[in-house]
Amino acid sequence: MKELTLQEELTKGFWHQNPLFVAVLGNCPALAVTTTITNGLAMGAAVIMVMMCSNIIISLIRKQVPKEVRIPCYIVVIAAFVTIVELLMKAYLPPEINESLGIFIPLIVVNCIIMYRAEVFASQYSVLRSAIDGIGMGMGFTVALVIISAIREAAGCGTILGIRISETYQPASIMIMAPGAFLVLGLLLAFFNYRKLSRGEKV
Amino acid sequence: MANERGLIVSTSPHIRGPEDIPRVMWTVAGTLVPAGLVGVYVFGYYCLFVILLCVASAVATEALCQRLRGQPITVNDGSAVITGILLAYVLPPSVPWYIPVVGAAFAIAIVKHTFGGLGNNIWNPALAARAFLQVAYPASINSDWRSLKEAGILYNITGVDAVTRATPLFKEAGMETYSYANLLFGNVPGCVGETSVIALLLGGLYLIYRGYVDWRVPVSYIGTVFVLAMVLPAKIEAPWANDPVYHILAGGLMLGAFFMATDMVTSPLTKKGLLIFGIGCGVLTTLIRFYAAYPEGVCYSILLMNTATPLIDRYTQPKLLGAGKAKK
Repeated sequence: MKELTLQEELTKGFWHQNPLFVAVLGNCPALAVTTTITNGLAMGAAVIMVMMCSNIIISLIRKQVPKEVRIPCYIVVIAAFVTIVELLMKAYLPPEINESLGIFIPLIVVNCIIMYRAEVFASQYSVLRSAIDGIGMGMGFTVALVIISAIREAAGCGTILGIRISETYQPASIMIMAPGAFLVLGLLLAFFNYRKLSRGEKV
Repeated sequence: MANERGLIVSTSPHIRGPEDIPRVMWTVAGTLVPAGLVGVYVFGYYCLFVILLCVASAVATEALCQRLRGQPITVNDGSAVITGILLAYVLPPSVPWYIPVVGAAFAIAIVKHTFGGLGNNIWNPALAARAFLQVAYPASINSDWRSLKEAGILYNITGVDAVTRATPLFKEAGMETYSYANLLFGNVPGCVGETSVIALLLGGLYLIYRGYVDWRVPVSYIGTVFVLAMVLPAKIEAPWANDPVYHILAGGLMLGAFFMATDMVTSPLTKKGLLIFGIGCGVLTTLIRFYAAYPEGVCYSILLMNTATPLIDRYTQPKLLGAGKAKK
């Protein structure tokens, strides 16, 4: 495989290898917490933080960890950072955000995007590249969360970042319920695959 | 034009015979006209606007989807027109203009084309859109209804403030009931095209006469509701609770039984399957009317039985001659 430049390592997660829209990983938080843009941003920030730190540590210990027990080791590292992030969020973020994110912050431990990057990237590449990869993939995930949550918040609540769009618009409350999440994610996936197909790429 | 249409190869598993899709579809659309005329007469000219808006949005969405999917555009075959008409008939007469547009787009784009277009959809598009709208805009679909007395063909009902209930089947005690004559003609509250039993029967019977609709579905559906309404202990406090005639005349049962449950795409293929389908719809409708929170159960019962259609087809598939188990 061709060696990517550091800048490419950072930006590949945005569109080309987007963890949510292309790899279709991390659907659980993408469906559950994307009711408002604020929630999506908070979730994305937490994932960036955890992914960057865990990628650094896993890259540092990649030569010491025996191959047979690598997954439990990764989980311990990730869980440590998730706990740190969770306590930080409880301390500094407004209580409403913590309440609406709820169980999904601790569940970052089993987020498949972080496991995926640890397994295919951080355990094979240098510390610097792994850190950049973690940030880039986390930002790609955040971009995806913000897109989904912006559509859902605008259609389902009639607001963007809490500001009403129009007085006359009657929000379709189904969009902030579970079916709305599946509809939006499904349509976005269809849109990305449609673009790929029309450029003649393989889906 | 007819030759040109004949050349289009599109999936059509639901017609086997000399008839083609456009002819069947336009006949069905024609048989829906009387019910719509009564709706416009009873609820006012705004209903005509709702119907036209639904049809226009459905046709436009169909053309857009087929264009995006790189298929030939077959909006002339009338199937999108029927979806639009049926959707309008299950909407309240005074819905704001964007609800028909959103509903028709959902029906065609999501319910029909994401599953493969005409002939491949699992659910009846109009009913699925109605269920979607009921969750999306509960205020407009469930409660924002205008009083019948203030309506009439020359009134614009959107300007009237009086609010009434959605259907003669409303469960709360103390509500007015309606005479059989009014229910037959359609002079009762309800959705745009579901109120007039006579107009719907005219269209439905003609479809059965032409063979486009199998009699088994409406007969088993309405028959099941009739019997169950008589024998089941009703948990609702209304004078008509155990009046089977009222149950089959009021609400959306006639429209559902003749035009929606009989949808060729979403109902079973075998004769036995059609009977099972109709009975299932009838059981679910009565159960929802008697024991659930919603006053009317036709929409959800048909959608649920649509979901079960592949299963029914599988279990009622006739054995091939000579391919059964060998006798020992």
